[in-house]
Amino acid sequence: MRFDRLRRPAALVTGALFALPAFAQGATPKLDSGDTAWMLTASMLVLLMTIPGLALFYGGMVRAKNLLSVLMQCFAITALVTVLWMVYGYSLAFSTAGMHAGQVDLHSIVGGLDRFMLAGLKPDSLYNTVPESVFVMFQLTFAIITPALIIGAFAERMKFSALLWFTGLWLTFVYLPMAHMVWSGPGSLLGDLGVLDFAGGTVVHINAGIAGLVACLVIGKRKGYPTTPMPPHNLGYTVIGASLLWLGWFGFNAGSAVASNGSAGMAMLVTQIATAGAVIGWTAMEWFTHKRPSVLGAVSGAVAGLVAVTPASGTCGPGGALVLGLIAGAACFFTATKLKNKLGYDDSLDVFGVHAIAGIIGGLLTGPLAAATLGGFGTVTSLSGQLWIQAKGVGFTIAWSAALSYAILKLLDLSIGLRVDAEQEQIGLDLSEHEERAYNL
Amino acid sequence: MKWITAIIKPFKLDEVREALAEAGVQGMTVTEVKGFGRQHGHTELYRGAEYVVDFLPKLKIEIAVSDEQAERAIEAISSTARTGKVGDGKIMVFDLEQVIRIRTQEVDADAL
Repeated sequence: MRFDRLRRPAALVTGALFALPAFAQGATPKLDSGDTAWMLTASMLVLLMTIPGLALFYGGMVRAKNLLSVLMQCFAITALVTVLWMVYGYSLAFSTAGMHAGQVDLHSIVGGLDRFMLAGLKPDSLYNTVPESVFVMFQLTFAIITPALIIGAFAERMKFSALLWFTGLWLTFVYLPMAHMVWSGPGSLLGDLGVLDFAGGTVVHINAGIAGLVACLVIGKRKGYPTTPMPPHNLGYTVIGASLLWLGWFGFNAGSAVASNGSAGMAMLVTQIATAGAVIGWTAMEWFTHKRPSVLGAVSGAVAGLVAVTPASGTCGPGGALVLGLIAGAACFFTATKLKNKLGYDDSLDVFGVHAIAGIIGGLLTGPLAAATLGGFGTVTSLSGQLWIQAKGVGFTIAWSAALSYAILKLLDLSIGLRVDAEQEQIGLDLSEHEERAYNL
Repeated sequence: MKWITAIIKPFKLDEVREALAEAGVQGMTVTEVKGFGRQHGHTELYRGAEYVVDFLPKLKIEIAVSDEQAERAIEAISSTARTGKVGDGKIMVFDLEQVIRIRTQEVDADAL
């Protein structure tokens, strides 16, 4: 089947094809104050997603004795990743030195160290129409939230020291190359394949979700799981956290236009629509099967919708976003509630069941939903062809994340050990790892 | 003298307190407690993980009364705390040997 080329303005097409396009050849980029103002704002919104958004979303779901450990892990990851990003992270992810469109070599997989310590960054350095400093900051917030997402899988049992080592190694060997392969422009491995990933479905969500599954399998179940009740200790926090994630996600998706333009506006709208669809999808499934619509279900559905629309937010239309959201919400209800219990792994806060699954659904459906016949705005000529390209991108991400995450976790488990001992786990990580209590009532 | 312990549904506390005051009871002690009887617990469901909560929150009321007051106090509790549904609680009555008011050192009936 063939589809008409896009009937949209050229600027939007470029924005849609490459979320983070490299400098247009020849044209000298000029700073745009509107774009800059929006990207400054978007960077703050994405940081808000991790602290306190994700921290509260996860924190409410753990038992009271582990609340501080979750908040601390999110906070520590924010600080650690910032420093690593400044030293070499930005360079490995976004250095384009030696890259040539269509040429696959080491430069297609990981950037060089020519931007070590942010070498060459000045107040007037530009990335497209925004200061490069703002782009460095914006991308940093993505690098922060991705390892932070994983902590939900091994919550309530990992040593804090192991968490720090894991974050540093995982960022270096899994995240940075992955970001480079998708977002560094012409010459990047997955970018050149034509994989559509507007805001990070592969780099962030599938990547983190698969690492989460591997992590909970390597570290093992929590003591007493699943026979001992481990109910969330404060779903109010979880609702606040999910709401902050929803809000912050506009920076994530609409900010990925790296401009204040029509592409950003459309990304914001489809993000809202897909999220609403997923809340309804999850809640309807739950109401039907369990006879009660739960609060935790509604907010989990929202996160599933946000994840699913992330790769599609630059190319899908409003109708496509609604369908995507409904499917993601319903599917993640199944994976987070039924599949997990059936398979018996202890992905404590459903990083795999929500992030990986919604990420995969979104990653695949981004292809067909970009087609004009399905209301999309991408330059997709063949539904099945683009679906296949998307599948290659998704499959590559799963394999990449699974293999490298496993190696890192095994290495750490054999060297410093991943888990606290049984007694410390029983006392709770707040007291045993941090000598503090969240609640002194 | 009698020592009356009653386990009641938490939302009935105000009614019971007013009825006891009308019956001439001068003071009471209230404790938040958890337990189960014939009502058993309830289930909670979080992302498909079902937990049976065995212990339900109740209030325990303790009062010390004279033998003459006891009948009225028991009647006050049993009539106001009653909903007719399973889980209304229990009233338990014990003989009370001695009461001392610490401030004045008064004993028994004078200390009630």
